[in-house]
Amino acid sequence: MKKFFGRFAFAVLVTVIVLYAVFPFYYAIVSSMKPASQLFRVDYFPRQWYWGNYVSVFREQPFAANILNSVLVATSVVALSLLLGVTAAYALARIRFKGRGLLLATILGVSMFPQVAVLSGMYSLIKALGLYNKLPALSLSYMLFTLPFTVWLLTTFMRGLPQELEDAATMDGASPWVIVTRIFIPLMWPAMVTTGLLAFIAAWNEFLFALTFTLTEDVRTVPVAIALISGASEHELPWGNIMAASVIVTVPVVALVLIFQRRIVSGLTAGAVKG
Amino acid sequence: MPDNAQRQLPESRTGATGPSGLEKTRARTAWLFLAPTLVTLLLIALWPLLHTFVFSFTDATLADLSAYRFIGFDNYLQRLDGEWVGLLTDDGWWRAVRNTLFFTVVSVTLETIVGMAIALVLHRTFPGRGIVRAAVLIPWAVPTIVSTKMWSWMMNDQFGVINHGLMALGLLSEPLAWTSDPDLMMASVLMVDVWKAAPFMALLILAALQMLPSDCYEAARVDGIHPVKVFFKVTLPLIRPALMVAVIFRAMDALRVFDVIYVLTSNNIKTMTMAIYVRQQLVEFQMTGYGSAASTLLFMIIAGCIAMYIALGRVRFDAE
Repeated sequence: MKKFFGRFAFAVLVTVIVLYAVFPFYYAIVSSMKPASQLFRVDYFPRQWYWGNYVSVFREQPFAANILNSVLVATSVVALSLLLGVTAAYALARIRFKGRGLLLATILGVSMFPQVAVLSGMYSLIKALGLYNKLPALSLSYMLFTLPFTVWLLTTFMRGLPQELEDAATMDGASPWVIVTRIFIPLMWPAMVTTGLLAFIAAWNEFLFALTFTLTEDVRTVPVAIALISGASEHELPWGNIMAASVIVTVPVVALVLIFQRRIVSGLTAGAVKG
Repeated sequence: MPDNAQRQLPESRTGATGPSGLEKTRARTAWLFLAPTLVTLLLIALWPLLHTFVFSFTDATLADLSAYRFIGFDNYLQRLDGEWVGLLTDDGWWRAVRNTLFFTVVSVTLETIVGMAIALVLHRTFPGRGIVRAAVLIPWAVPTIVSTKMWSWMMNDQFGVINHGLMALGLLSEPLAWTSDPDLMMASVLMVDVWKAAPFMALLILAALQMLPSDCYEAARVDGIHPVKVFFKVTLPLIRPALMVAVIFRAMDALRVFDVIYVLTSNNIKTMTMAIYVRQQLVEFQMTGYGSAASTLLFMIIAGCIAMYIALGRVRFDAE
């Protein structure tokens, strides 16, 4: 009997955890499929399939352009971070040289930078480069937080690879560049996918820089676009549109995270626990 | 540098070329491979940081960043018409500092407790564990802006599901204005942040739990020690190093919190944190000099908190 109650209590606990984790997103989906007239009655289950909000969110603002902007920025940030990160990680993980420890500590330090502490300096840099209100401003500034952790994670991964491979290639006269591109990158794919995904999610979700370095609607990324959806007055926010937009930008990220669950968890723990 | 290279023990692979020559070539290669990353970081981290620092001693405004005068420490503290003015005497700034510290301590504590509970559940084997773990990842994957908007809708005073549910359960007699009542704002912000960040905590704690040796648990079970005692006497001390690192990561995020608060309660003084204050000065009031001074103080306060935490908690970041 005691065992039964123990099991029952555990099952209740598990149910509470799942409901707590899933309910807000579930409720956003339910709300996004309600016409404005029904939005003000609380329903726990969808009553109909109404797609009007999904249409109007694209009609009332350049939401398609916003999505494209987010995709362009996040993809370019991932590509640049991985390219720079993998070369830097090779040097940091595989070559013994003076100042390596200090360099690693500095890079870890930069990854902990509070973004807002460099806001005015970054703003003036972007102005000086003529990038204000342009997408490259975001690609460049996002490297501030993606590049250090990319380098850090890839260094951790690369340290774990066997030395013999590299030795054999060196014996055959392969240059370091060949070693990186022909030996390490093919072996590092899983690590690069993990790191790339984490960088993608960080860039996709970023808000402060995107809000500060863009001005016009058509240059906004999705988090800014969603945050700034407004109605006729502050008390008449178009919640249907906001929920539809939220679902649209969240579904791909959630799908990616669920597909690559194990990789992401290992990446997060490698970055934090071992870091 | 060459002396040092010679003093190092020649490694097995250095072979025929001689240790010093090959080591030198390798070191040159290392710097060559690091150069693009270092140049990028100098440009986007060091340069903006130094610039912010320099701006803090000027009267620069956002409208024209090239025209400014150096005014010494006037942004921080100056005597004007017989009164001390400046950031250090600004009640708004110190309230933002207090709010930030309060938010950080409470949110990280709650996230650690909730995260620990989730991790302990996931550490047991039961049917459907994979699905539960996937479900727990969802809050982490949802963009912060989206999770804030979702909760903002759920906390809507008139039509929100939270008021509706609590009233249906008889826990509330009348709806609460979660996001506009000054006394509830901070609690609302904390609710959203805990929901979003507790899963991250749970995953890190779970990873630590799974690395624990099982033999001490066997021993405890054989001796018939109560599980609660085992948790506090065995589990907690063993995962403490990992927990400390997880806490510092979360604390660093909490100290610079911006998105949740900006979207949920905007510039309200009840929830204004250092980051919100800095951005308001910089962008809305266009006061680059004064805002940069606040940025600089924010940087020093965060660095100070982290240093204190590392010193007190004896956290070790072992690179090797």
